[in-house]
Amino acid sequence: MPFASGYFRTSYERDMRLLDTRAQIASLAAFLVALAAFPLVASSFLLDLANQFFLASIGAVALMLLTGYAGQVSLGHAGLMAAGAFTVGILVKEAAAPFWLTIPAAALVGALLGVVFGLPSLRLRGLYLAVSTLALHFVVIHFGAEYETKRGFSTGILIEPPSIASFELLDARIWYCVLATAAGATVLLALNLLRTRTGRAWRALHDHETVAEALGINVPAAKLTAFVITSTITAVAGALFAYYRGFVSVEAFSLFLSIQYVAMVIIGGMGSILGALLGAAFVTLFPYVVETLIGFAPTPERFASLVFAVNYAAFGLVMVLFLLFEPEGLVGIWRRLRDWFLLWPFRKRPLAGSR
Amino acid sequence: MQLAVNIVVLASIYALIACGYVLIYRTSRVLNLAHGELMMVTAYLLLTTASLFSGHPVTAVAAAALLGLVVGVAVYVVLMRKMTGERVLAAVLATVALGILLRGVVVLVWSAQQQYPAQALGWTNVALPLPGGAQVSAAAAALVLTTAVVYAGLFAFLRFTRWGIRMRAAGQNPLLAAQRGIRLHAVFALAWGLATFTGGLAGMLIALDSGLEQTMVVIGLKAFPAALVGGLDSLVGALAGALVVAAAEVLLIHYVNPLLADVVPFLVLIAMLMIRPWGLFGTREELDRV
Repeated sequence: MPFASGYFRTSYERDMRLLDTRAQIASLAAFLVALAAFPLVASSFLLDLANQFFLASIGAVALMLLTGYAGQVSLGHAGLMAAGAFTVGILVKEAAAPFWLTIPAAALVGALLGVVFGLPSLRLRGLYLAVSTLALHFVVIHFGAEYETKRGFSTGILIEPPSIASFELLDARIWYCVLATAAGATVLLALNLLRTRTGRAWRALHDHETVAEALGINVPAAKLTAFVITSTITAVAGALFAYYRGFVSVEAFSLFLSIQYVAMVIIGGMGSILGALLGAAFVTLFPYVVETLIGFAPTPERFASLVFAVNYAAFGLVMVLFLLFEPEGLVGIWRRLRDWFLLWPFRKRPLAGSR
Repeated sequence: MQLAVNIVVLASIYALIACGYVLIYRTSRVLNLAHGELMMVTAYLLLTTASLFSGHPVTAVAAAALLGLVVGVAVYVVLMRKMTGERVLAAVLATVALGILLRGVVVLVWSAQQQYPAQALGWTNVALPLPGGAQVSAAAAALVLTTAVVYAGLFAFLRFTRWGIRMRAAGQNPLLAAQRGIRLHAVFALAWGLATFTGGLAGMLIALDSGLEQTMVVIGLKAFPAALVGGLDSLVGALAGALVVAAAEVLLIHYVNPLLADVVPFLVLIAMLMIRPWGLFGTREELDRV
């Protein structure tokens, strides 16, 4: 069994460890081997799917840190991704900058925008904060659209694949390695951040702002760091997205993308990095599943031209169903299943806080 | 002069939509981000009623607006009723999800092409001359009139009728209101119905003026800053906010850059959130206590 059935930690180091049991280390190793072997056997379609998942999971983990842990709602996630993608697009078009310049630049832009997105959070809460990020999303998108029209790229900016000394990064397998590493690094960063003083401050913020302040947490600083760190990650995800697609256009960063990221966090389950990954996988795979299901419908031709509409409707419906019937998300289902098998014949965990 | 007319028309569009946001927020503290979509659904319902009552534009519009009211109540009963008492944010996200769902459904039922309900009704939209050389289309004039009537009606409703007073009570203190025997669910459902009704009126008149397609959602979303600038729980505020936002939008488009159209309301919104988050006429939200 890769999980402990109870709370057997006897020291603080043990409690802080990311991997609890030897079986967990073993299963992680097996997972990594499978991840490394995947590109050798997968078709190009599956590879593209995996790459999309990695890209989505970077953004989803960032949003999970912000919303699920620090409790700051953002409906402007697509705006931040757009900022990263457009930084790459503009630098490549205007200065022919190589990727080792554009990606840090995108991170820098993300950090600056993080401050901008975060400033309203010092005054506003909940609903009003969500609205202010929504408004900032439109502002960022406006600047992108203005650049496109002013420079005559009204359909979008084409970006050549990044190259290292005349070696072009084109192959989906190499992209797989790059994106898997980036996603892995993000997850590791997130997990480690949550074990630090900053991460604990964020959780305290989430639970109760006034109490957090009374406990001596610098609330404005904690909020701003949450925004800056997650915006940086998101902008880098946007930059990678730009390179991977080879194309930047404002249409790709509509409000719907922001909602998709929020949906990843909700469907995955608030307050869990695993949830962010599950949510990213769910949302990435969802349109393909819908398409396959339409294929089984009695009259597939009727829906063929309306695939995107069916997608919208089904996506909205799934989101509603999760909010109504499974507020803990996929991770909640997973936890219940796991506990059922681990604890049988008992029902409840011995200690509420144990993972 | 034409500019002033444009401002008034745009302001009444925003005001008519914004009162839906205000009604729902004021009674149930839920921000309805699906308002634009609900408005669009009602406008599309006009296409259906237009084929039933062709040649009677007023009957068709009234029938569609009543259907909109039913849709609004149904949304509350089926979906939002379950979200009362949940965290505020969950409710908002539920409306977002509902919006996405409705967008898909609209395309599935009515197709994504641009439609002209005015043609279906057999009604021509003439341009009326105004003193000072300005022009206004008949649908836009109807819109300004409708806004005036709706606001007058809402003020009277909230002040003098039994249900209006119940609605205000539920908004001020739901617990005490429930203690006094007010059925909160009925009041909230009525708020959703009225909001969809007024939003639907705006949607239908816009559709009569300039055709009907998916982009109507954007207008619905752009009216939200008007509601917030005025104060999310104040009807007078929604009027004032609509005027401010519309004036800023029309003037900036005319004198600075037409590309700004989609972003001006949100810039105004950000400015307002920085200075006075509770809006011009809104009440300050309570600080939370330990």
